Amino acid sequence: MAGLELLSDQGFRIDGRRSHELRKIQCKLGVFSQADGSAYVEQGNTKVLAAVYGPHEIRGSRSKLLQDKVLVNCQYSMATFSTSERKRRPRGDRKSQEMTMHLQQTFNAAILTSLHPRSQIDIFVEVLQSDGGNYCASVNAATLAVIDAGIPMKDYVCACSASYLGDSPIVDINYLEESSGSPEITVAVLPKSEQIVFLEMNGRLHEDNLSKVVDMAVKGCKDVYGVLDRTVREHVSQVGSSLET
Amino acid sequence: MAEVDLSDAEKIFIKHGVQDNCREDGRGCEDYRHIELETGLLSNTTGSARVRLANTDILAGVKAELGTPSPDKPNKGRLEFFVDCSANATPVFEGRGGEELAAEIGNILTRTYDCPSCFDLEALCIIPEEQCWILYVDVLLLECGGNLFDVASIAVKAALYNTKIPKVTVSRDEGLVELEISDDPYDVQRVEVQSAPCIVTVCKIGHSHVVDASLKEEACCLARLTMGVTERRTVTGVRKEGSGSLDPASLEDMMQTGKRVGELLNKSLMDSLLEEERQGSKKKPVGFLK
Repeated sequence: MAGLELLSDQGFRIDGRRSHELRKIQCKLGVFSQADGSAYVEQGNTKVLAAVYGPHEIRGSRSKLLQDKVLVNCQYSMATFSTSERKRRPRGDRKSQEMTMHLQQTFNAAILTSLHPRSQIDIFVEVLQSDGGNYCASVNAATLAVIDAGIPMKDYVCACSASYLGDSPIVDINYLEESSGSPEITVAVLPKSEQIVFLEMNGRLHEDNLSKVVDMAVKGCKDVYGVLDRTVREHVSQVGSSLET
Repeated sequence: MAEVDLSDAEKIFIKHGVQDNCREDGRGCEDYRHIELETGLLSNTTGSARVRLANTDILAGVKAELGTPSPDKPNKGRLEFFVDCSANATPVFEGRGGEELAAEIGNILTRTYDCPSCFDLEALCIIPEEQCWILYVDVLLLECGGNLFDVASIAVKAALYNTKIPKVTVSRDEGLVELEISDDPYDVQRVEVQSAPCIVTVCKIGHSHVVDASLKEEACCLARLTMGVTERRTVTGVRKEGSGSLDPASLEDMMQTGKRVGELLNKSLMDSLLEEERQGSKKKPVGFLK
């Protein structure tokens, strides 16, 4: 991507943020009434809807049943109009299958799975508009949906991406920064204990810089946590006050 | 679709109500539920709309791409429908579970729009036989609370109304054709949707029929008529669905109801679209945050 200055000399990024700044996060719990839990997250121009069903009896083949814990079943799909170039299929391609697996891993680590043995929890994520950081927005939306469904978790799971430009790490990268060829690190953490439940890196990055970038991403996750926690508290107090009247 | 199990007593209650023109939620037989509509909420589509009717939630996005016209219609652009039933609506749609329903909705939309007087495809042609705009209309079903066909068609019409295709200038230089696509967001071509159809589904319940059936009413209905109706009461497509049968007299009745309701539906849809446009940039997109 020649000619595009991703990080200006004054330290501003292409969308006007500084290197440690997240995009604006707006979210809402309880978007749908039929699902047991649902949430909508906007991270800049990335927009994601998540729905959670369960815990319920195992659907389909009984062979997936786990005797000692709950089966976490995920599906990641992208609307055909979500990307700037139209997608032909909303799901089933390799990228979505990989995302599905990652989500499954992440939520297996965060949900208290031993509380609901021999049952199943479905987490469905739908990306409506994509502008980088799809995985992060999906995890954040799914966390809110799981909370909305009242399913016990160890902690929120918050995800954030980071990259390394010039000689400084940048946080929460958008599509332009993602596709510029710079390395991309995606981290999902349990913010209270600072445990990393998911980590992925694409591209090339010098080993010495790795810890700086991971620190930046973890810091980003904690900032995301602040926003999510505020939303949940607001939502709960709203629901609570409507119950009183 | 989300399954509703009704006992015989509940079915009889609904049937008797319909007979007396008073349905379970207090509506008359030809009344729609409250519809919420918003256009232009997805920035990387050429046009988009979200429609919510009771629990049914549908998002439609239009993307315009340059392509070649089909050989049998060299001077026309193309309109391609694709419907996706998201698993967010019900776990049954997971994987390939929703494809059958999606194909059904897609087919009906294609059929009702496949009529020269209701949608001007020639305006989408740039150079006959060589270049035209292809409008990909993608419909995403997010939650189902009955009456999917009608809501899908309303979302499609609203998204097409919202569609702004960049103007293209054609210049010929020594036999070479050059296309210049304007990048000015105000130098655009609108899609004419005044005469585009809306789908009206008329459900036969007992001896009467209703429009905009709720999930419970759909469970009591044996036969339904899905028809595309334009603002001038033209019917652009009809299909009978369901396991029951209809006699010709009630078919005629249902068609009349469909036409009457379709005309009103199209009119009020256009009114709200114009009203939303009048608010212009003052209105902030709300999307799912409301």
